[in-house]
Amino acid sequence: MEAVSLPAALELAASGGAGLSPEKRAALGASLLLLQRDYRFERVWFWGCIQGVSGAYYITEGLGPDRAAPRSRLYSLNCVEWSLLPPVTAEMVAQAEQLKGRFQGDPSFEYAYPEINAQDAERVFEDGKEHMIKEEARLVATIEQIDRAVGIIPRGAFVKTPLGSVQENRNFEGLSLTEAKKLTSYFHFTEPVNLKNKTLLEKADLDPSTDFLDSLEHDIPQGSWAVQLEKGGTVVVLRSLLWLGLTFYHVPMTKQYGYIYFGTGEKNIDLPFML
Amino acid sequence: RGHGPYQPHEPGYGLYQPGYSPYDDQIPDPKSRTLAIQNAKAYLLKSSTTSGLNLYDHLANMLTKILDEQPKNAVDIIENISKDVKWAHFQKKMDTLRDEPENLTTFEAAEKRKALFLKANGEGDEELEEETGETRLPNVMETAFYFEQAGIGLSKDESYHIFLALKKLVSVQTIQTCRFWGKILGLEMNYIIAEVQHHEEEEEEEEAEEEEVVEEEGKEMGEVEDEDEEKEKEDEPPKSTYKPPPVIPKEENGTGANKYVYFVCNEPGKPWVKLPPVTPAQIVCARKIKKFFTGRLDAPVVSFPPFPGNEANYLRAQIARISAGTQISPIGFYQFAEEEEEEESGGGRDTYEENPDFLPLSVPEMVDSLSTWVHHGKSILKQGRCVWFNPFQKPEEEEEEEEAEENEEEEKEEPDELQQEIGPPLLTPLSEDEGIQNIPAWTAQPSTNLIPQYAVAILQSNRWPGAYAFASGKKFDNIYFGWGHKYSPENHTPALPPPVQAEYPSGPEITETRDPTVEEELAFKAAKEEALAAAEEEKEEEEEEEEEEVEDNEEEED
Repeated sequence: MEAVSLPAALELAASGGAGLSPEKRAALGASLLLLQRDYRFERVWFWGCIQGVSGAYYITEGLGPDRAAPRSRLYSLNCVEWSLLPPVTAEMVAQAEQLKGRFQGDPSFEYAYPEINAQDAERVFEDGKEHMIKEEARLVATIEQIDRAVGIIPRGAFVKTPLGSVQENRNFEGLSLTEAKKLTSYFHFTEPVNLKNKTLLEKADLDPSTDFLDSLEHDIPQGSWAVQLEKGGTVVVLRSLLWLGLTFYHVPMTKQYGYIYFGTGEKNIDLPFML
Repeated sequence: RGHGPYQPHEPGYGLYQPGYSPYDDQIPDPKSRTLAIQNAKAYLLKSSTTSGLNLYDHLANMLTKILDEQPKNAVDIIENISKDVKWAHFQKKMDTLRDEPENLTTFEAAEKRKALFLKANGEGDEELEEETGETRLPNVMETAFYFEQAGIGLSKDESYHIFLALKKLVSVQTIQTCRFWGKILGLEMNYIIAEVQHHEEEEEEEEAEEEEVVEEEGKEMGEVEDEDEEKEKEDEPPKSTYKPPPVIPKEENGTGANKYVYFVCNEPGKPWVKLPPVTPAQIVCARKIKKFFTGRLDAPVVSFPPFPGNEANYLRAQIARISAGTQISPIGFYQFAEEEEEEESGGGRDTYEENPDFLPLSVPEMVDSLSTWVHHGKSILKQGRCVWFNPFQKPEEEEEEEEAEENEEEEKEEPDELQQEIGPPLLTPLSEDEGIQNIPAWTAQPSTNLIPQYAVAILQSNRWPGAYAFASGKKFDNIYFGWGHKYSPENHTPALPPPVQAEYPSGPEITETRDPTVEEELAFKAAKEEALAAAEEEKEEEEEEEEEEVEDNEEEED
């Protein structure tokens, strides 16, 4: 969620019981502003918090002029001092997917993980040591996975300019209440996967400036989003069941929206059994 | 005629120089120029055949809007502004029809929440006097403040609504103690849960009602069984030797897993619903399944092994498990009541009371070691109860009946005797809690490192993510915010269905054999005939021999 609107947004997204203490909120208000100045970000999004066993990581993302470009991610243990995370590679994501269990809370902790590939096993023998993955790498890989899988925005909030870059839509006035309850009004804010598979008839209805992303209605498994109206119907809250802890909120007919993650950073693989 | 040729000293000079004026390529003659302008305007004023708008008015409206609002970089968003103006044009006509049905739900919800804030009729000064004496209502806002120091809790609005809803609950029901237990999230709606302890008189009345209902059902069943038995005596299929495992009775209201009564509601303002007491079978089954709550108490729970009950029972079972595992308090706050006789080994100490001489430990001590906290929720045994129940201890009457039955029918297998299960006693410190793999069961942190004098000790459970506890001086509390499931690092593997049962023991008399072929039958027939013939010959021989003997005997006699 936008760092500028953090206090109001936290009130709206707090119905899951997780939030920030007043101390952290005050610290963020100051440190995120300085972050924007130092790194020259155009937008600063407070991404959320991953609970480790002995400590918690607070994550922020910084966006440049093209909002769909790869984002810089920073983490902090106390919301005051921030460190930049290394950019994500596909290899990191593949390695992190094999790890199970909670985050430890110490960024320099190293996991030793078992190899499954035969190729990697050969590599092990060559190197003579086990493959270790640092918690930092696991952290950034998990954030990337979560963003890719469940990072969502309302339809119409972003437009694609003819030059290819993605900008905020200044004419976005919010979704109406009926629209806000449907899953088709929300998009994944990553590279679209299903867009090319649509039939020509469907493509004809799309508006190329606003409908350039995948919508939520074809997510597998069906029902992996819990849509609720909170506060007597004034806020629409979407909770992801695949990554427990991700909460998206939107106040219909206003420009307020955003998502935040408060959780342990583990994928809910048991989802098909639980529905 | 328009302006004449400009003189060099006049301001318009240079604009209308022949060959340099911007309108040189157009019609130079002023009369025809006005005509062209009028034609152009007439064209712009032409109404569209499909929408009835005309371009002239539309452009005028657009420019008015732009000049009023003065957006930045208007040229970049001009198309969107045009679209908006057109949209606004249509919206006005259908305003009165569209809005009403849309917001009905939000208005209703707002009315319900407003009702919370109004004092009900009939409440006057009497209520105030009662409340100043003993307040059974918990101070939800105070608890929320302490949890907020750790970043846990709902928004202040929601906490206050829950506060008022609890007040309503307390005024309606006769309640001894009440506590905000927490919030469990669901797919369609969430649950807000209050933990309540009734007065003892109320419990007895409820138990009497339940027993009557059970007896009536028992009588009906007995009548139906008699009729069936008469029919069966005529032509009895073989009776099955299956004896279902004994049903373990639930614990009494007010003890063990049913010590507290829980009320739930979906949103503050909606009526509170009482959850039924939990049975051991439900707890045992709840341990094996993992399902999301939908938010409707009457929803069925489709799972394997099949859950005995609907969502209300599943919710109650999960609440029982969470309470048993995560209700903790600082050491010394509760103590055992002094008793002269110790109870039998089966029970263990059940009751505790507040310790009037409680001396709170400092926050760093509470955070450093887990032995400063104890469980005050009784843990649930594998059986599903807190106090172990031996289902095979039958009273003498039943034993006599069983012996009679056994004599008539075949021998039944004797069920294995269960070993008594013992759980950790009440008020065990948390340091005895098992961790999961290499993670301790609880994570302890102070709420702030910057101002340690006023920090609050916070504990988070790692086995039940979402269970929190805080302690600050003499105050402490537990709360749960989450989805209601236990943490397991391994994937959830559902129970496999049991192997297919054998229908009947297979023996030679009922195993199928191959039918004999025609050759075999003929051969068998031929062999049978030979045997018959041989037998006849033997018989004749024997008769002949007998006759000969008789003749011989007769001859001898003579």
